[in-house]
Amino acid sequence: MAAGSVSQPRRIEASRAWKLGDAGELWRYRDLLWFFTLRNIQVRYKQAVFGALWAVIRPFTAMVVLNLFFGVWLGLAQRVDTGIPYPVFLFAGLLPWTFFSESVRGAGESLVLNADLVRKIYFPRIVVPLASLGVPLLDFAISVVILLAMMVWYGVAISVSVLWIPALLVSMLLTVIGVGTLLSALAVSFRDFKYVIPFMIQIWFYATPVIYPLSALPEGGQWLASLNPVAGPIAAFRAVLLGTPLDTASWLLSTFVGLTLTIAGLLWFHRVERRFADVV
Amino acid sequence: MSEFALEVSGLGKRYRVGGAPHTDLRDWIRNAVTRPWALARRAPRGESFWALRDVSFDVRPGEVVGVVGANGAGKSTLLKILSEITEPTRGHADIRGRVGCLLEVGAGFHPELTGRENVYLSASILGMRRHEIQQRFDEIIAFAEISRFIDTPVKRYSSGMYLRLAFSVAAHLETEILIVDEILAVGDAAFQRKCIQKMADVSSSGRTVLFVSHNAGAVRQLCSRGLWLREGELALDASADEAVAAYLGELDERAGRDLSQRNDRSGRGQSRLVGLRIHSAGRETEKVAVGDDVRIEFEVSRTLPDLSCWFAVQDAQGAVVASFPSESLPEGAASESHAVFTCELPKLLLRPGRYRVPVILRAGPEVQDRIESAAVFEVIDGAVDGVPVTANGDPGTVHLPHAWIVPPAD
Repeated sequence: MAAGSVSQPRRIEASRAWKLGDAGELWRYRDLLWFFTLRNIQVRYKQAVFGALWAVIRPFTAMVVLNLFFGVWLGLAQRVDTGIPYPVFLFAGLLPWTFFSESVRGAGESLVLNADLVRKIYFPRIVVPLASLGVPLLDFAISVVILLAMMVWYGVAISVSVLWIPALLVSMLLTVIGVGTLLSALAVSFRDFKYVIPFMIQIWFYATPVIYPLSALPEGGQWLASLNPVAGPIAAFRAVLLGTPLDTASWLLSTFVGLTLTIAGLLWFHRVERRFADVV
Repeated sequence: MSEFALEVSGLGKRYRVGGAPHTDLRDWIRNAVTRPWALARRAPRGESFWALRDVSFDVRPGEVVGVVGANGAGKSTLLKILSEITEPTRGHADIRGRVGCLLEVGAGFHPELTGRENVYLSASILGMRRHEIQQRFDEIIAFAEISRFIDTPVKRYSSGMYLRLAFSVAAHLETEILIVDEILAVGDAAFQRKCIQKMADVSSSGRTVLFVSHNAGAVRQLCSRGLWLREGELALDASADEAVAAYLGELDERAGRDLSQRNDRSGRGQSRLVGLRIHSAGRETEKVAVGDDVRIEFEVSRTLPDLSCWFAVQDAQGAVVASFPSESLPEGAASESHAVFTCELPKLLLRPGRYRVPVILRAGPEVQDRIESAAVFEVIDGAVDGVPVTANGDPGTVHLPHAWIVPPAD
């Protein structure tokens, strides 16, 4: 609710200002963000028979299949010796990747899926893509437990550096919010993005060091891959979890690109948000 | 010092005809390649029209203002701008106080969630804070009369229960300024009375209300002032009675036009009402005598599965005298062009006067076409079962057959 003191009027008029967002307004609407996130989680788990189990089944199945094809049959497990059993290496990369791709997919379609609300009611539009991050975040948390169990099973030592995971998650969220808000706004203006987003995510998956380590790439390729804002957080996630060395320069580069994307995403979103109701 | 709750000045909104700007990526890319300068200049492509033009008015705190006008007159656009759903193309509005906005009941309701969960979600979308919702939760449930089912998913609710809960959430929004659209058109008659009562309570509690409705009676009852919008412009800013009268006059004037050409209609539009003919005494007419047999034909542009026709008869003041829902076509009915729904009214029991006929075509629950005043007809003096009925100045719109037995003379 746009609160204002009685003496100071609020003016409604056409505006084309570039802004990152209105933190004060978002704070006033924090309850909405919470209930919206809660709704997405409740709906997700009420509709599916397996409920929370899906959070585990999907990345786990992907891990088994990818391990079989790339790790065993194509011999990737031998060629890129990271000192970690390939299934663990793979799963540790798939978890942050799944979080990223599910968040971006969910945020991307969120405004179009909630078109009725956007057309009928005013609230800060940014709440919609933000609230779609709750489900992937919860799934991620559940999967981490499975990963830790796997590490115990394969006898991989769990280092103290796992405590860095929350900080890494924040850097990951930066990228996700940037790409997610950008895509959600684009999807309102261009309906083609319904087809572009899944396609883009698929290409992005192979361009990101998930099934292979960054070190498997040639020198120039490594630098290029670090421009990928997801590559850094995924490599860092693996490093802190599995105790492998972390390429700090590449991580910083990746995070910088992520930050730039977030600023671009928020600027674009807030520039076009007042048109959403007319076009969605 | 001006202390208006709402100051609207020169407000205008332009929409592009033919859908949204560049929803097609391919067109956009083609334009970007072939005419990059056009994108840079933000040249408006295609036709555009002004849904709202140069509208200015002020509202003092505590005023209850009704906004009336035909479909397409710009009422919804005005409300959407004032509630910040969309921004104006020109002009501005200054607002003092929190704005609560009820443009739709059941905002954010999700069928899988329980009534309780939906109340929290919907109320927070409308702008209520968590502690406010907790405070009013019991009141909301009591008003909606569904306390027993509060932990049942709303997909198991009847449509009446659903609407009651949805309206109840909205009705408990406490803001200085309230914007309400057509909300009273929900639920059964008893609940509608309760809603009107609730709106009356709200308007007498000193809050500023902007109320948009087709319901002339409700506007007259609730509002002290009326704004009549016509074709995007503010045509009259006067008392509620005057504004409603002007609006009803406009409806009567429109009723004379060719139905297929009229654009003061709403609905999905796959099937439309293209003709309405009133037959009486063996010919097509606009004048019917009391007691005559009447046949009304509604010609639709296309049949659809589950299509039904609903019409009502309204008196000159806009109050509904009677309504006539037709049966639906079968689910499997084929789509055919031009079909006719016919309603037979043996022995018309309306008293002399002018009557208006609003029509709604629905396919299932979905409104296909809605016209507030599809036709106007006049009832002239006549007779029922041989007893003459004339315009003698007595009040009332319905003639009920009756017989008096008066005391004998001696």
